[in-house]
Amino acid sequence: MTAVEEKPATLQIGQPRKRKEDRHLITGRTTWCDNMVLPGMLHLAILRSPMAHATITSIDTTEAKTRPGVVAVYTGQDFKDTQGNLPCAWPVTPDMVNPGAPSLAVTQVNHVGECVAVVVARTKAAAQDALEGIDVEYEPLPAILDMEDAIKEGSPLVHPNTASNKSYTWAFEAGAAGTGAPIDDALANAEVTVKRRFIQQRLIPAFMEPRSTVVQPIGEGVLVHSATQIPHILRTMLALTLGIEEQKVRVVAPDVGGGFGGKIPVTPEEVITTLVARKLNKPVKYTESRSESLMSAHHGRDQIQDITITAKRDGTVTGLDVHLLADMGAYLRLVGPGVPILGAFMFPAIYKIPAYRFVCDGIFTTKTATDAYRGAGRPEATYAIERIMDELAAELGMDPMELRRKNWITHEEFPYTMVAGLTYDSGNYEAATDKALELIGWDELRAEQKQRRESNDPVQIGLGISTFTEMCGLAPSRVLGSLAYGAGGWESASVRMLATGKVEVVTGASAHGQGHETAFSQIVADQLGVAFEDVEIIHGDTQSSPKGLDTYGSRSLAVGGIAIVKATEKVIEKARKIAAHLLEANEDDLDFAAGSFSVKGSPGSAVSIGEVAFATFMAHNLPDGVEPSLDSDAVYDPENFSFPHGTHLCAVEIDTETGFTKIRKYVCVDDIGNPINPMIIEGQVHGGLAQGIAQALFEEAVYDDDGNLTTGTFVDYTLPSAADLPSFVTDRTVTPSTSNPLGVKGVGEAGTIASTPAVINAVVDALRQYGVNDIQMPATPERVWRAIHGGDTASGGGGAHRAEGGTNAYGGASTSTSDGANS
Amino acid sequence: MTKIDVTVDGVKYTDDVEPRTLLVHYLREQIGKVGTVVGCDTSNCGACTVDLDGQSVKSCTVLAVQADGSEVTTIEGLADEDGNLHPMQTAFHEQHALQCGFCTPGMIMACRDLLKNNPNPSEEEIRAGIEGNLCRCTGYQNIVRAVQAAAGNVTTGSGVSA
Repeated sequence: MTAVEEKPATLQIGQPRKRKEDRHLITGRTTWCDNMVLPGMLHLAILRSPMAHATITSIDTTEAKTRPGVVAVYTGQDFKDTQGNLPCAWPVTPDMVNPGAPSLAVTQVNHVGECVAVVVARTKAAAQDALEGIDVEYEPLPAILDMEDAIKEGSPLVHPNTASNKSYTWAFEAGAAGTGAPIDDALANAEVTVKRRFIQQRLIPAFMEPRSTVVQPIGEGVLVHSATQIPHILRTMLALTLGIEEQKVRVVAPDVGGGFGGKIPVTPEEVITTLVARKLNKPVKYTESRSESLMSAHHGRDQIQDITITAKRDGTVTGLDVHLLADMGAYLRLVGPGVPILGAFMFPAIYKIPAYRFVCDGIFTTKTATDAYRGAGRPEATYAIERIMDELAAELGMDPMELRRKNWITHEEFPYTMVAGLTYDSGNYEAATDKALELIGWDELRAEQKQRRESNDPVQIGLGISTFTEMCGLAPSRVLGSLAYGAGGWESASVRMLATGKVEVVTGASAHGQGHETAFSQIVADQLGVAFEDVEIIHGDTQSSPKGLDTYGSRSLAVGGIAIVKATEKVIEKARKIAAHLLEANEDDLDFAAGSFSVKGSPGSAVSIGEVAFATFMAHNLPDGVEPSLDSDAVYDPENFSFPHGTHLCAVEIDTETGFTKIRKYVCVDDIGNPINPMIIEGQVHGGLAQGIAQALFEEAVYDDDGNLTTGTFVDYTLPSAADLPSFVTDRTVTPSTSNPLGVKGVGEAGTIASTPAVINAVVDALRQYGVNDIQMPATPERVWRAIHGGDTASGGGGAHRAEGGTNAYGGASTSTSDGANS
Repeated sequence: MTKIDVTVDGVKYTDDVEPRTLLVHYLREQIGKVGTVVGCDTSNCGACTVDLDGQSVKSCTVLAVQADGSEVTTIEGLADEDGNLHPMQTAFHEQHALQCGFCTPGMIMACRDLLKNNPNPSEEEIRAGIEGNLCRCTGYQNIVRAVQAAAGNVTTGSGVSA
């Protein structure tokens, strides 16, 4: 044990340091991929399918090739032998059906927006102009939009080379797994059973920076700049997909403008740009438009959730049975099939549920592929469990918080191995909940709610709860292996001591707005006892940070941050030898604190780590056999996930005459373990809340009956603006993780995971007096109004129905009935 | 091609542009002002907001030819010659009003314009005033704080109490 481990300095950790990242961003000195201009660079424009499902019978590019400035026009036929298939790294079951995913369609298109042909021209405008000179003949095939219809006997197939539209069935049953009691017994012996069907509408990540890729052929290799979350994985996957030797591929993620999971996959556009650049041996740029992004960059969520919960009359939950239909869209993207499976472990959430079953069918439709979107599987699970707990409370006539308290894991019970087999290392649900209740003024709001009900006020109040946990910090490699994930979950770090005492830290985490440079600098400053300003974080380029697994799943701090800690420990151990030599002391007699080695008992004799670094650089006076370097690498593979938790409370005001929902107050108390930078944490929570609330109230990717995306611009896909959101009250409790030396947990996804059910529970709480027990998301004024005024409210009311007139946002008519009253 | 004279961030440019060229494309592609960015194609996101003759505009809704004879200030021209930041830039940094930073150039320009027209806005007025600028990262709360700070109404930093 080093002195550092026993007694960490905490000069920087915990401080709200202003971000190092900001200066170039607030002055416009940015390196967005689309800013890049290279000599001789050509521009790509992509012709996309206007059909949801069709055979390509012919493509005539003759005219396009004659357009001014056009250098080349390519179709799938040109690349069919070289483009390979876009990688899917998560075959969740051994028999998962993956029909293949060409970057450029060859014979058939399977969703609107699929790439069909590309124009290469001297300017972007010339390339786009020439698209209209391409003539494609399509033979329409039936659009397949409804997941339940898609898996019926006799349904037309999305892919002709498959036997059905089901890609996989993934199942877990705690009784069989030995982690809990048999679900059949719980279902058979239940005193109370509540069933509901919840709909996770389709969402679009909608990062602000449209995706952009610049590929520069260099010799036999390529230099790829791309707006990606995963430069390291992209490098390996491009090599595997296109047969370029990995060492010849360099990927740079420059400034990347948000991701939220949306920049996780290897994209068709990255592959196409690489193919074209290599074919022409010229640098080529492709930047998508927002419409292209919304239409063809992957979507998220899109599940039908059939949830059954069983309990005793006293409120003790006895079983949870989950059956999901998860829409993969037309293709399996990088981790798409695994997204609902990440949720498999989270449905039991914070509750001591003895029996549990989870079954998920992954289904192909003729829609844009789905993949990770902030939270990835865990928001869906959290929504379902937190909604069904409210429904169970209503059935039992219990207070919904009382029901939660009765069933949650108490803080004395940690570490706790839950029914899906995860071991939660730490938590204190009581503390977070008590703080949140106080902050929102729960009792006063309940009193006001009662008064408004009694006076039949046109504005009614609803109160919603979400007591959530999540698993993040992806992830222990052996766990990923047991789930058939095609990579490990470690992260890499290198710490380099420069001659002047400054420190370079190389990380494999690849930031796109989170604030890694600042938070990692704080950690290194404390570990090495150097100034925060003296630490430089290097990331996002496979040449300068050659090893890493990138940024997603709230892993950068809980995995990447720990790798940095481990690397600094190695630096200190190397420096200790040299310091001992310089101080003419025994290594064991040295203390290291606040950046200095000193001899125990002789405080006067000390040498700073910067002095050791300089002495090492000079190498004139080193102990025999010691190499002249303090630089150290570490790769950290976590032993466990991290389990942030918290209590989110939402009060809504609903105008019963217009159906308009206004968030009156939103309070969240999150427990993410030890804070590194409270300012950054708060920012992550704010942004997460906005996205979770947006799912509840604003956003939905809607397809019409022909499979056209009708929300293909920011006019229709309605991200919340500042005017749509309230100010949030955020606070924290601190229950350190016991699984890592910093005691940290992830925070990037917590707000999104927790907030959606808090809002919808509040809306349903306001509407329950009208017989409503569910409302489909987003809870638009129309849906809320229909729920209030919609007739057969006992079966879920109008609120459980989509807008009349039949769109196919998530499976059309077949999902328009709620399971309704308690069966 | 049409000839335009335009002053951008204090420098005079004379250029030939296609009549259809949007101001934002002129700024980015012809004179290299890539600090101003394009976030959508329907004038919803506001990422391309610049100052045109003293008024904040979305530069994707203005043709380059319409800027003929005008003065444009972009995010790159806000700090002074010595690199001293504009108070709104400082406020964005101090209040953690940006994460990925892609909406930030437009957002700063819009917030600056908001305060010019209403030096002492309420929270509601700030939220309504920047409704035309979308941010996906921050949930807007710290952007509101930044505007309040720039207006001299907030002196404290981020408000986490735990």
